[in-house]
Amino acid sequence: MNWLLVVVGGMAGAPLRYLTDRAVQSRHDSVFPWGTFAVNVTGCLLLGLVTGAAVAGATGSHLRLLLGTGLCGALSTYSTFSYETLRLTETGARFYAVLNVAASIAAGLGAAFLGVTLARALWA
Amino acid sequence: MTAPGAQSLRVRPRAPWRSAWRAQLPVLAAVALGGGAGAAARYGVSLWGAAAAGGFPWQTFWTNVAGCAVIGVFMVLITEALAAHRLVRPFFGTGVLGGFTTFSTYAVDIQKLVDTGHARTALAYLAATPLAALAAVWAAAAATRRVLTWRQR
Repeated sequence: MNWLLVVVGGMAGAPLRYLTDRAVQSRHDSVFPWGTFAVNVTGCLLLGLVTGAAVAGATGSHLRLLLGTGLCGALSTYSTFSYETLRLTETGARFYAVLNVAASIAAGLGAAFLGVTLARALWA
Repeated sequence: MTAPGAQSLRVRPRAPWRSAWRAQLPVLAAVALGGGAGAAARYGVSLWGAAAAGGFPWQTFWTNVAGCAVIGVFMVLITEALAAHRLVRPFFGTGVLGGFTTFSTYAVDIQKLVDTGHARTALAYLAATPLAALAAVWAAAAATRRVLTWRQR
């Protein structure tokens, strides 16, 4: 059952990331990978909410596996983030590479803390 | 009077939109299948010895570093060496590796460490993950290119 929840969540999260990335990337001309940035920050906010709700006792382990481990885990990605950063350095956009790492981590952490705080305010 | 060209511009988008959507379906299915498999593999690694509360999240750390090393090899192979089927990259790159690695757990792991008073571990993990992940993708891509040029000679 646990495995099934993770797989179902992953099967929803990955196409959601693909579609979001395509939609975001088609709307700007910058070399900055806004698509991956957007899914990662969204994933952090969602997982923060799920984690905060779990700590407050508002969600069970099933929902945590489906939405947290499965959906948020597959919605966000470290491999594409790293590869896009590498591509930025290889194409000479060093500044954007550094900016991508700093901004993704800062915004991701901010979103995770915000999610947990919001969940506590809502359910604690 | 409307020019016939403008008229056809307005009418045309419908059909290509539909066929584009139809062409996207196999890609979405490949991404979904890969994503499910990648997430399951990550879950399997996370069950492999539970992390001690307040300890360094080694499972997530190695999952992300390993996924970054593999994408380094994979992207060089399919963009510079192989003529792969069009569903290979969505399935394996976007699906499996994207589903296996995770940015959200990385961020929330840090939040949990800070919240439980393990700020020093949080800081070490915060810095170590991107450093190791970027080193892994760079080294893996460089090594793959070296093997490819060596084989071509």
